[in-house]
Amino acid sequence: MELGPYILLATLEGAVTAAVLALTAVGLSLVFGVMRVVNIAHGEFFMLGAVIAWFTAQAFGGHPAIGFAAALIVAPLAVGAIAVLADVTILKRINYDPERTIVATIGLLYIIQQLTLMIYGPEARPVEAPFNQRIALPWFEFGDSGLDFYYPWGLSTTSYKLAVIAAAVVVLVGVWLLMTRSRAGLLMRATQADRDMALAFGIPVERVYALVFGFGAALAALGAVLVVPIQQAHYLMGADPLLLSFIVVIIGGLGSLPGTLVAAILIGLSDGIISVFFSPTLAKILATLLVGLVLVFRPHGLFGTRTV
Amino acid sequence: MTDTRRILGLHLGLLVLLFALQFVLPAYHHGNLARIMVLASYAIGYNVLFGYTGLLSLGHALFFAAGMYGLSLTLQHTGFTAAPALMAGLIAGIAVSAGLAVLALRTTGVAFMIVTLMFAQAGYLTILYFADYTRGDEGFVIQAAQRMLWGIDLSDPTNRYFAAFVLFAICLLTSLALVRAPFGRTLVAIRENEDRVTMLGYNTFAHKLGAMVISGTISAAAGATYGLLFGYAGASFASVQYSIFPLLWVLLGGAGTVLGPFIGTLFMFYLIDLSSGITTAYMLIAGVTLVLLTVFAPQGLIGELRHRVWRWLP
Repeated sequence: MELGPYILLATLEGAVTAAVLALTAVGLSLVFGVMRVVNIAHGEFFMLGAVIAWFTAQAFGGHPAIGFAAALIVAPLAVGAIAVLADVTILKRINYDPERTIVATIGLLYIIQQLTLMIYGPEARPVEAPFNQRIALPWFEFGDSGLDFYYPWGLSTTSYKLAVIAAAVVVLVGVWLLMTRSRAGLLMRATQADRDMALAFGIPVERVYALVFGFGAALAALGAVLVVPIQQAHYLMGADPLLLSFIVVIIGGLGSLPGTLVAAILIGLSDGIISVFFSPTLAKILATLLVGLVLVFRPHGLFGTRTV
Repeated sequence: MTDTRRILGLHLGLLVLLFALQFVLPAYHHGNLARIMVLASYAIGYNVLFGYTGLLSLGHALFFAAGMYGLSLTLQHTGFTAAPALMAGLIAGIAVSAGLAVLALRTTGVAFMIVTLMFAQAGYLTILYFADYTRGDEGFVIQAAQRMLWGIDLSDPTNRYFAAFVLFAICLLTSLALVRAPFGRTLVAIRENEDRVTMLGYNTFAHKLGAMVISGTISAAAGATYGLLFGYAGASFASVQYSIFPLLWVLLGGAGTVLGPFIGTLFMFYLIDLSSGITTAYMLIAGVTLVLLTVFAPQGLIGELRHRVWRWLP
């Protein structure tokens, strides 16, 4: 069999990873850029989103699409509210001091993980996708009779995975519009550029911080809701998205949304493609070394304009 | 009484206390304390870089694992005994920390944190990849027969406690001497204001490189000793978790204090140990304690003590 169809399949799988990663990482990037807070608990917000999606889907009977649609709304709102609460009760009180927020968010990570374990249990549970048709992947080839069009056996994706990619694109466009075209985005960018000056101009910086923290967490939760039909919800699922989002945010450049996006696509795709063709461990070794070296020689990240 | 005599009295007093404790402690706590002293040595190594030089590394598990695997692979695959293997662990620590320092010190701040994290992660994955030699995640047991150092059997609890004590004493006194020496003072100055130190004519890169190698070597010594004393090497010691532990211990005890790493390790170890005896939700208790400490004791336990009572603490 030709190599082409496999590359197509790997690219699609990678694109799904990239889509979810982009949502999670943009949330982390906003918090990072605006508040200068390294949020170690970001992965747990992702996990909470998946777990709450499961509870919501259970609460609604009938067609799986109803429960899923409800989860799409409930999970980000609930997680966002939890994050706002954490910001007001903890982060605000320690003045967003970098080192102390790291410890506090590690503490938060333990608390969320343990509470989830106690309430939800250690099992991994799936949420049924609202629609899930198999779509055979077509492939083109120049054969004896000119351009041939066939379906390689066994290569297929599902309509749901394509929908995940589309949904992520829609949400990201929404975030971009919010940041560049709305008053809320203006306030965020002002706070990001110069906190003291923003305060002097009467911007309620503390409220902006709380909302940004909640918004970032809600984006992670949204990414998680999209991923549960593919991946299942589990109380330890937050570690990988956290690490990957970090890589994406730093590689993309601090505070740069386009950079974050490009890096998410780069890392999602390369993860998909390399693990299909090589040993996954070797792929990860190469990827981590590459990330390290990119930063050594470009400490600003790919699109960053200031030192991180 | 001068500050120097107070400082010496306090630190030597702690060492005398720890030495004496081995005769009175029940077996369980005796074993715990030996483990805490080795882990505290690791935290002391971390503190040199993080607490005194102000460089937040998330890759120290790489140094810890370099020591551990330098020792255990030498024992496992060559005919060498424990003493040369211990040296191999130290040399591995020096080499790895110097190599990483040359690369990572080109960056600062969060980028430094991520670069160290990435290379440590690559190291962890490398251990998994060469599972034929390292046995990956499963790890391997170092046989009691291989744990003889100059005729002393380190698998015996009394000898083990004493070995841990010796390591801890060396690390504690080294760190005390370091921060009171001109070199250590320069490191603190770099932490406070690197530009000014550069302007004064110091080679800050060389100082940071030195700090990283010292820090990495102490961490590797702790890793090698851990393998030797507790007879086990596994990839989990190279994982991110083991980079975050020393950060937590140091921050809890007080970053930039000589005693902080020990107090932080002791506190965290017994917090988890005691609370897991009461409830299965020990992580909840650990999490809540971490949050409360950051809110109410921002400088860590010893840091607060220095801030409020004993201003002379180093």
